[in-house]
Amino acid sequence: MSNTMEAVASAARADAPPAIMLDKVNKWYGAMHVLRDVSLNVALGERLVVCGPSGSGKSTLIRCINRLETHQEGSIKVDGIELSDDLRALDAIRREVGMVFQSFNLFPHLTILENCTLAPIWVRHMPKAEAEALAMQYLERVKIPEQAKKYPGQLSGGQQQRVAIARALCMKPKIMLFDEPTSALDPEMIKEVLEVMVSLAETGMTMVCVTHEMGFARQVADRVVFMDRGEIVEQGPPGEIFENPRTDRLKLFLSQILRGH
Amino acid sequence: MSQTSIDPRSLRAPPKRPIKLSWSDERVRGIFWQVVVVGIVVSMVWWLWSNTVHNLEVRRIATGFGFLGREAGLPIAESLIDYNPTNSYLRALMVGLLNTLKVAVVGIILATVFGTLIGIARLSKNWVLRTLSATYVEVIRDLPLLLQLLFWYAILQGLPGPRQALHPAEGVFLSNRGLKLPWIQWEGAHSLALVAFLLGLVATIMYRRQALAKQIADGVPRAVWPVALVCLVALPLAAWAALGAPFTPDIPALRGFNFQGGLTLSPEYFALLAGLVMYTAGFIAEIVRAGIQAVPNGQREAAQALGLRPGAVLRLVVLPQALRVIVPPMTSQYLNITKNSSLAVAIGYQDIVSIANTTLNQTGQAIEGIAIIMLVYLTISLSISGFMNWYNARIALVER
Repeated sequence: MSNTMEAVASAARADAPPAIMLDKVNKWYGAMHVLRDVSLNVALGERLVVCGPSGSGKSTLIRCINRLETHQEGSIKVDGIELSDDLRALDAIRREVGMVFQSFNLFPHLTILENCTLAPIWVRHMPKAEAEALAMQYLERVKIPEQAKKYPGQLSGGQQQRVAIARALCMKPKIMLFDEPTSALDPEMIKEVLEVMVSLAETGMTMVCVTHEMGFARQVADRVVFMDRGEIVEQGPPGEIFENPRTDRLKLFLSQILRGH
Repeated sequence: MSQTSIDPRSLRAPPKRPIKLSWSDERVRGIFWQVVVVGIVVSMVWWLWSNTVHNLEVRRIATGFGFLGREAGLPIAESLIDYNPTNSYLRALMVGLLNTLKVAVVGIILATVFGTLIGIARLSKNWVLRTLSATYVEVIRDLPLLLQLLFWYAILQGLPGPRQALHPAEGVFLSNRGLKLPWIQWEGAHSLALVAFLLGLVATIMYRRQALAKQIADGVPRAVWPVALVCLVALPLAAWAALGAPFTPDIPALRGFNFQGGLTLSPEYFALLAGLVMYTAGFIAEIVRAGIQAVPNGQREAAQALGLRPGAVLRLVVLPQALRVIVPPMTSQYLNITKNSSLAVAIGYQDIVSIANTTLNQTGQAIEGIAIIMLVYLTISLSISGFMNWYNARIALVER
């Protein structure tokens, strides 16, 4: 499965500059301070899991990385490009960063195949035949090539989320963002989506995942970041974070998560 | 869909349910009520028909459309075609039909543009714009259309006479005789240029569609504007120049008690158009707002996250979904504009209803007159819904 290019990329991980650099990022919704001095570097090829209670700012953080939300203070650099009001920088970043949403957000008026080829055709100016071949390749990778001619409404939630992952991969992004990709799914569907994410992680893709799936975090994450009330409280390798939480906030959060499962 | 294999059990035909002749059988009752309804409808039609025939015999009124060829002798203030009172009733009714179409077509276009802008303004982040448009929609929707038409007409009647006309720019006069604008003396070259423009418009649209289809196929973006420039500007200009580039300005001027020359917008036409457009725009604004809001924000975000620019997000993701919600109620609004234009009678604009009414008063051919009015509205309305249903089916096919 692992492709030579990607293997080279992950080998060069150590000396490459960080894929994402956040420096003292602050954000407010009205008077509410939702991100407080968040500083975080994500290395090329690193798999980062962000967790925390609801309202802790983890979704806002990940949405700031491809500027679906704008930060008001501090700096965010993605692939070496500073996020600002500059529209060309924005275009460049969005092309390199793929995103998967909690509610899938597939386009209901387009077939599965058209969902996947839309951006390659209109953003990358790829010929249709080539875009379709590429889309089929990724649909095979997420194990649903036979659904290509169907519409999103005809698929189960787990299948839709796998299509959403394939759709993002068709843009050949350097970085993938996952915003609670399994929170809207039934347990048996969570499994199939996580399997796809694990296999993606094995290819050396840089991934930032907001998720409460501890099993997934243990299996693939290089680092887990715990956020609460808009700030990063604790971070470290998954074993350390889950076995030896240092702060009371993380202990409380972990006990609640474990009770819920 | 096609690859599913046929289940052998599905080859068996469904069992037939025998009808039991009993009042408790659902299907017996269904048939009974259908027979009752058909009976009522047939007897009502028969009663209307026999009553009409009887009354016509009693009053010795001949039926038929022979009166259409007789001299109308009715004056019409504004007409798109040559007309004078010595022309036939048929021609007078043609003038009325064209006047109705003049209001309906221009009204539909303006109400769509105006209503769409207000609908978008209602969703604006700008507080002033949002509040103003919300107030507009609430006020306009809550007042009867007839009242609004009378209001606009009263305002236009309150304007000064021709001698004291408002004169904001050279050749522009606003008085109680209407709005006068400078125009040109229309010649064959202008008609040709107009035809060239319309053909150019069709050609541009076709070129754009082809360019997009080709871009999908090979990925190379193609500029449409050079073709648009040639087809929409150069071609009409060339057609006009080829026939000697005639240009004689026709500036309105006061002669005695009224204006001569120029282009006229009569107070009646203006009041009717303004009333219809502003009233219907209030409803269209709500339809457009609902259509845009029906597309979840996640759709926009997903498209942006894939790197699509704002224009492409609108064209490829938002509009295809919003139009599905917008088009069906929009059809009703277009039909409303057309039918509401018959309120023209109230302010003296001579549309088809006004002229057919005068015709039936003068000739006594009430049934034929009403039949003509009904036929006209039915034809226009069916054309509009036919076109809109076709358009709706075209955009709806995209969705499963």
